[in-house]
Amino acid sequence: MRSILQNVDLDFVNSVLDKYDRDSTRIIAIMQDVQEHYRYLPREVLEYIAKEVHMSEAKLYGVATFYGNFSLDTKGKYVLKVCRGTACHVRKSSNVLAALYEATGTSVQKPTSDDGLFSIEIVSCLGACGLSPVVMVNDTVHAAMNPDKARELIAQLREEA
Amino acid sequence: MRNKLNTLEEFRALQTKCIAAHKAETRKVLVCCGTGCMAGGNLALYEELKKEMAAHGLPYELSLNDNTGSSSVGVKKSGCHGFCEMGPLVRIEPEGWLYTKCKVSDVKEIVEKTIIGGEFIERLGYVRDGALYKRQEDIPFYKKQTRRVLEHCGHIDAESIEEYISIGGYTALAKCLFELSGEQIIQEVSDSGLRGRGGAGFPTGKKWAQVAAHTEEPIKYIVCNGDEGDPGAFMDRSCMEGDPHKVLEGMIIAGVATGSTEGYIYVRAEYPLAVSRLTIAIQQAEELGILGDNILGSGKSFHMHINRGAGAFVCGEGSAMTASIEGHRGMPRTKPPRSVDKGLFGKPTCLNNVETFANVPDIIKKGAAWFRSLGTESSPGTKAFALTGNVMNTGLIEVPMGTTLREVVYEIGGGIKNGKKFKAVQIGGPSGGCLTEEHLDLPMDFDSLKKVGAIIGSGGLVVMDEDSCMVNMAQFFMNFICEESCGKCTPCREGTTRMKEILNRITEGNGRMSDIEELKSLAKMIQVSSLCGLGKTAPNPVLSTLLNFEDEYVEHIRDKRCRCGVCKGLAKYVITDKCIGCTKCARNCPVNAITGSVRHKHVIDTTRCIKCGTCKDNCPVGAIKEG
Repeated sequence: MRSILQNVDLDFVNSVLDKYDRDSTRIIAIMQDVQEHYRYLPREVLEYIAKEVHMSEAKLYGVATFYGNFSLDTKGKYVLKVCRGTACHVRKSSNVLAALYEATGTSVQKPTSDDGLFSIEIVSCLGACGLSPVVMVNDTVHAAMNPDKARELIAQLREEA
Repeated sequence: MRNKLNTLEEFRALQTKCIAAHKAETRKVLVCCGTGCMAGGNLALYEELKKEMAAHGLPYELSLNDNTGSSSVGVKKSGCHGFCEMGPLVRIEPEGWLYTKCKVSDVKEIVEKTIIGGEFIERLGYVRDGALYKRQEDIPFYKKQTRRVLEHCGHIDAESIEEYISIGGYTALAKCLFELSGEQIIQEVSDSGLRGRGGAGFPTGKKWAQVAAHTEEPIKYIVCNGDEGDPGAFMDRSCMEGDPHKVLEGMIIAGVATGSTEGYIYVRAEYPLAVSRLTIAIQQAEELGILGDNILGSGKSFHMHINRGAGAFVCGEGSAMTASIEGHRGMPRTKPPRSVDKGLFGKPTCLNNVETFANVPDIIKKGAAWFRSLGTESSPGTKAFALTGNVMNTGLIEVPMGTTLREVVYEIGGGIKNGKKFKAVQIGGPSGGCLTEEHLDLPMDFDSLKKVGAIIGSGGLVVMDEDSCMVNMAQFFMNFICEESCGKCTPCREGTTRMKEILNRITEGNGRMSDIEELKSLAKMIQVSSLCGLGKTAPNPVLSTLLNFEDEYVEHIRDKRCRCGVCKGLAKYVITDKCIGCTKCARNCPVNAITGSVRHKHVIDTTRCIKCGTCKDNCPVGAIKEG
């Protein structure tokens, strides 16, 4: 076993693996639980999981990178999912997104802020179209957003942090 | 913990108990806890309501076991009522009153005036055109609707199996377990003419019969497609959140009919509430022995699993979904073999949409003829739609198949927001097309829509007003498809990227007249040569907007003009002399491109301007022009 694994809480990973019987068909559920815990998929954990479920690292990497929800990079404390679905688009979610990028100093290329507080993600639809435009912060939906409310939201989250 | 039911008689006894308890609740307060109203703060309202009830010494939770016939008030977390625009919503029974835009601060008044005093609070009622509507059913938004799939959505506690049983839940399953043979169930579903609600409209009974025909296979699967990925659609979400047991019941019936004993529900990752409600529902059904081995002593078994999606639109395609459940990259494969022959884990698989399964219990209970009493000959029944966009009343609706677009947009939807003019409706998401003014009286059913180049799809209806640019819309969907194309087949991967590039240059003012023909020929190539449904339908939004709004494309290309001011690459914002110097535009500009002092005309620095239009939206006197 390589030394990097010392930094990782293997008890947690093992408990997840046990929960899903180390079954390679349930790899997506395993990675979802792992990501919930670390807020991203640490490389060393993926290597460990691959070995434990008897899957090649390449295959596991293929699955992890296929799905939009998995992230191989660290994410901010607050993950802001900005809905860019049709209904939100029609009600100008692009302006909300621009305001959030500006307020947090992030961009499409650099979605996580330098202070590690915010990650801005674009999602295709949150299914809360009746309340468009919406932004989801961790698991809370913020409805009927506009650039002003977006800036207020960031200020408020900064205070909470 | 519930006691396991071992026989049909025990189930009937529980049902009698549940019905009695249900009746004892003389008054019910249903707090909408769908995603929309929860975002509006209804969970806090629910907690406050319980507190306030306790403070007044009112009982609000009734246990089935000490049913002494005493009356009680039920305070319940219900599923989505559908009228999301007016949320947070609270429904009062038995009167059927609907309170709109409720706040925690209204709770005291609701308890004192309504629950104790039986009085309607006018302030919370719905008003349209000066008229006050007390009862939910009288509100124009609901009046034109016929709720079958969503019948109990919003009217029962979504987290209680007893409540589902009290309104007749699981009786259809009992009938299937003890009275009907597999063939009889399938015959009933076939006779009803139910067609898949996921978009393609394949006859459900036929699909079930094909799976059932594999008698040689001991293992078959039932898969429920809850990966509602179309942007602008949330019917399945509301159904799973508001009446999860109905979906489970439909799936178990499908299992009994086809001889399958394992079921998978694939739910989008973006729907955490649906996952949690389904998990609760499965656990409750397992406790009662409605799920598991030897259901109600019938000798039949069914086990349910939930799979959470991980953010890939293509997984809504059948073979991609089964690949994802198996733990692979969610990529579609060539067909045949079809999933009914070789689906999940290579076994015969019956894959249906959430709404399809939710239609089944009533078909079994009330019969095929009842189901056919609504809808059209070839598309019987009802369809749930998510009505969104620039319409007065956004929300979740259910109407008989064949209802016209005009009825939906104007009567249920209340017309266009802010007095603007209707332009088009985008139906069926990224695989669908747009319907225009000339289609307003077209009946919405599978076949009529197909004729005009649109599809029902999963049921998203996004209404667009005169300010919506159709080229921008096409570009929007093409961007979406490019992001979501899995990359397996070249026509979809490369073709949609080329189409996107062309649309990008048109909206940026660099279009060429030959681009229109180029788009059409690419579209045709992608349609005929893509591997799966995602690719085959990907060009639809472009083709449909080209068909109905080619003049707008020409305007963008030849005149470098976007009449709606949406295409930012073509827009230029100027502050006119009407400016009163209120500074509002400068304060709202996300890039600080506007300068000027109080009560003096402001100026936009065009080099910094990102053409987002925020200044124009915020100007109180309409001083900002695009030119």
